[in-house]
Amino acid sequence: MEAILNWISLHEQYIYIVILMIFLGIEVIGRVPSVLHTPLMSGANAIHGVVIIGAIIVMGKAESDNYLALILGFLAVILGTLNVVGGFVVTDRMLEMFKKKKA
Amino acid sequence: MELNILTICYLVGAVTFIVGLKMLSNPATARKGNLIAAAGMSVAIAGTIFLYKDEDGNSLHNYGWIFSGLVIGGIIGVLAAKKVKMTSMPEMVSLFNGMGGACAALISINEFLHLRKYFHAKGIGFTQVLHDNHFFTSELLIIFAGLIIGSVSFAGSIVAFGKLNGSIKDFAFKGQHIVNLSLLVIAILLSGYTVFFELNKFSFIDIATPLFFLVFAICLIYGVFFVLPIGGADMPVVISLLNSFTGVAAACGGFLYDNKVMLTGGILVGAAGTLLTILMCRAMNRSLKNVLIGSFGANAAASSKPGATGAYKEIALSDAAMVMSYANKVIIVPGYGLAVAQAQHVCNELEEILQEKGVEVKYAIHPVAGRMPGHMNVLLAEADVSYDKLLEMEQANDEFKSTDVVLILGANDVVNPAAKYDTSSPIYGMPILEVEEAKMVIVNKRSMKPGYAGIENELFFRPKTSMLFGDAKTMLQKLISEVKIT
Repeated sequence: MEAILNWISLHEQYIYIVILMIFLGIEVIGRVPSVLHTPLMSGANAIHGVVIIGAIIVMGKAESDNYLALILGFLAVILGTLNVVGGFVVTDRMLEMFKKKKA
Repeated sequence: MELNILTICYLVGAVTFIVGLKMLSNPATARKGNLIAAAGMSVAIAGTIFLYKDEDGNSLHNYGWIFSGLVIGGIIGVLAAKKVKMTSMPEMVSLFNGMGGACAALISINEFLHLRKYFHAKGIGFTQVLHDNHFFTSELLIIFAGLIIGSVSFAGSIVAFGKLNGSIKDFAFKGQHIVNLSLLVIAILLSGYTVFFELNKFSFIDIATPLFFLVFAICLIYGVFFVLPIGGADMPVVISLLNSFTGVAAACGGFLYDNKVMLTGGILVGAAGTLLTILMCRAMNRSLKNVLIGSFGANAAASSKPGATGAYKEIALSDAAMVMSYANKVIIVPGYGLAVAQAQHVCNELEEILQEKGVEVKYAIHPVAGRMPGHMNVLLAEADVSYDKLLEMEQANDEFKSTDVVLILGANDVVNPAAKYDTSSPIYGMPILEVEEAKMVIVNKRSMKPGYAGIENELFFRPKTSMLFGDAKTMLQKLISEVKIT
């Protein structure tokens, strides 16, 4: 019990962020028209590519002779970049379509 | 100083994610929102590479590896995203989502192996290793959580990808839900056992590592089994759900590295993705529970009554051209068949020709037309169809009464009247386009085969309905030349 309480006070900031972000995430897209569901999903998909930062940190901390860690980290960086770059480019392509018809 | 700048980079990143997501939910600002989020992401990534310091003040190394990874991933990502056809967009999103999940799982694996290395190198118990590395039980739990969520998201997204492009078929066996649930429970229990018992005792035998990989394997299998029985029509909902999973997996990384931008982005997407999943379900009038447990396609095939078939009538191309040319108002209902045939441009051509003849032409877009909500709008926008011609479902249902001809192009389940009255139908309760209100319905399909949800459509056998068999693009081209001469 005490361990849990300790953990909570130690991670207070994080808990605040989590709670606020849950409400913000819901609030921010609450009124999205169904037309934008696909691009929005795709955009959100690109944003969670932020996991790439973790991959970079893992990669950058690995000892240079630890090949297993290097290879796994390398893979993680590639996959994460795919997620970020691919996600944003695909979303932009979708939204480009919407813009054209207004011109 | 450098660390302060990094903090600001992360702050910028987090704010752009929020602003970007907000702007993405409004048609006027969506594109800018996406670019803003992308810019923020670049700032956060660049900051991490150059300014990051660990607890002991060491900078990152292995820059060669990092940059080659970024370049390779970046090039593949851009090429894949640029080359993919608009119709295959949903699978692409699913694939990218899977990559993110895999990335999160790899991070957990790497962190775990890192601990294991100390265990083996120094010949001390795991507890000592954890103590030496200032590791808390909570961090171990988060490593496991990242592993579980990331790998489920990865395996599930890949299956969803395969299902959408048709290379993986629906597959369900009796009691699959029980098997699935047990897999998940086993994975969680094993993780708990490993963290609280195996890693908490002074032992010199490494049981934790095999257990860790066992959990990994179970989760991959669970991810596959989780998505396999879900029917194609529900795939968008599943992708959206997996999308929010990956968000949570990314947030786990944020906890692990004390990284607030990962935490912010991950939880934001986790929450927004969950809401989006619910909104999509609502658009189809299905509950999330039904989507996940209902196994749409599989049950549907069994429940479709043989009595639903009957006589249908075909219409000649010239007759179809005739009735459309002399109609006052034509509403086109586009479905995935149109997208598959790449017929959206020809469709726009038909619209223009009819309009020259004084026919009012509109499009009725069901919220889930295509493969994802809003997918059809993107496709039609690509073909230069003007925005104000697209009617949403409610508007369209009002206008059908005053419509002479409804032309259904490769849509099926979204116009199936069974959704309104047949309680045994798997799509019962889903709002549909009430095309029967119009004076006449022409259905273009390739064959009489049932639609994506795998159920018969009674609409085709109604007296008002005429069938026009053939590939949407070829038929539309022929229709255009016929309309020109009438």
